[in-house]
Amino acid sequence: MKDTRKMEITVGVFVALGLAALLMLAMKVANLSQFTSHEGYKVRAYFDNVGGLQVRAPVKMGGVTVGRVIGIGYDAKRFQAVATLSIDPDYDHIPTDTAANIYTAGLLGEQYIGLEPGGEETSLKEGDELQMTQSALVLEKALQEFLYNKTVKAP
Amino acid sequence: MIDLLADLGRGSIAVFQRLGRGHLFLLRVLASLGTLVVRPGLIIRQIWSTGVQSLVIIVISGTFVGMVLGLQGYNTLVTFGAEESLGLVVAKSLLRELGPVIAALLFAGRAGTALTAEIGFMKATDQLSAMEMMAVDPLKRIVAPRFVAAIVAMPLLAAIFTAVGVLGGYFCGVGLLGVDAGSFWSQMQTKVLLMEDVVNGVVVKGVVFGAVISWIAVFEGYDAVPTSEGVSAATTRTVVHSSLAILGLDFILTGLMFN
Repeated sequence: MKDTRKMEITVGVFVALGLAALLMLAMKVANLSQFTSHEGYKVRAYFDNVGGLQVRAPVKMGGVTVGRVIGIGYDAKRFQAVATLSIDPDYDHIPTDTAANIYTAGLLGEQYIGLEPGGEETSLKEGDELQMTQSALVLEKALQEFLYNKTVKAP
Repeated sequence: MIDLLADLGRGSIAVFQRLGRGHLFLLRVLASLGTLVVRPGLIIRQIWSTGVQSLVIIVISGTFVGMVLGLQGYNTLVTFGAEESLGLVVAKSLLRELGPVIAALLFAGRAGTALTAEIGFMKATDQLSAMEMMAVDPLKRIVAPRFVAAIVAMPLLAAIFTAVGVLGGYFCGVGLLGVDAGSFWSQMQTKVLLMEDVVNGVVVKGVVFGAVISWIAVFEGYDAVPTSEGVSAATTRTVVHSSLAILGLDFILTGLMFN
């Protein structure tokens, strides 16, 4: 009888340990906590070219992550790519004339959206659109321009 | 020449007969799972002998696999100046492949063989027949709890293996090689997805591998030739067949999940 009790306890510990490991993987490794608990307000930004921007890419202001890209689509009417940003509700004083630029973190790093605040009094709210945007730097385009300038200046 | 063809034919027929017996056996096991609802205590004892007893080997192997991943990943990544991605490399490879697969291989060696040998010797020493004489169905009393216990234990072991492995990689990368702790976790957390990596990798693969291992193990035991040689051959077959099944299924599952 005592043996059965002991065995049941160890099995209980084992199952708890397994579930704890799973929880740790979900929380600490996949970062479930941050992803779900911060449902932010949504803002749209139109870009000519989003480059390698991906869903879940960070949205940063002054280097601090203030939100995430939650959707990337193509607006067939405006012939532009549209990125939907979800901004953390803690940051609710972002001016409406804020500019959105697509940057690359490091040489091989992922791309993120950097917000540069403007001077308007009114703040962004759910469903707003960012007017001033700058597209991703496409390496081929930059090279082309550089080569073009070189050849023009050459003679 | 004709003899050769006859041998080939006999061999193939034997293989397919075994395969058919295995599937019919699986159906009978599934049909007898109902009794476990009435007596869940039977499963707990089996989880103890399959899961808890495998814990030590799983934890130790997980730590070392994670540490080796940390070392090797660092060496490769540092040439690109991308050693901050170490956490991502360690976590993704463990979650998607190494965790469930190595845990399953170890589980087949540690627990699968024990299942086969136990059931095989019960058969060799006529314990199964004795049970039938007493109107106790050995499928319900012996096979079904072991089958279910392995399916429950396997994903838990895979999760423990993976979690310990990530910590091992953290110890090696951050503790020994000086990768920044913050970027180790943040790179991991931005790129690892809950459904795609954690659930698909550890949970789904764990359950599938657990089911395959326990099916092969209990079938080999139940189907073993009731002599000591027969049981030893069955135990060997359990390891070989379940290892091959795990690796083959892993390829198929990966193809289905991550494309």
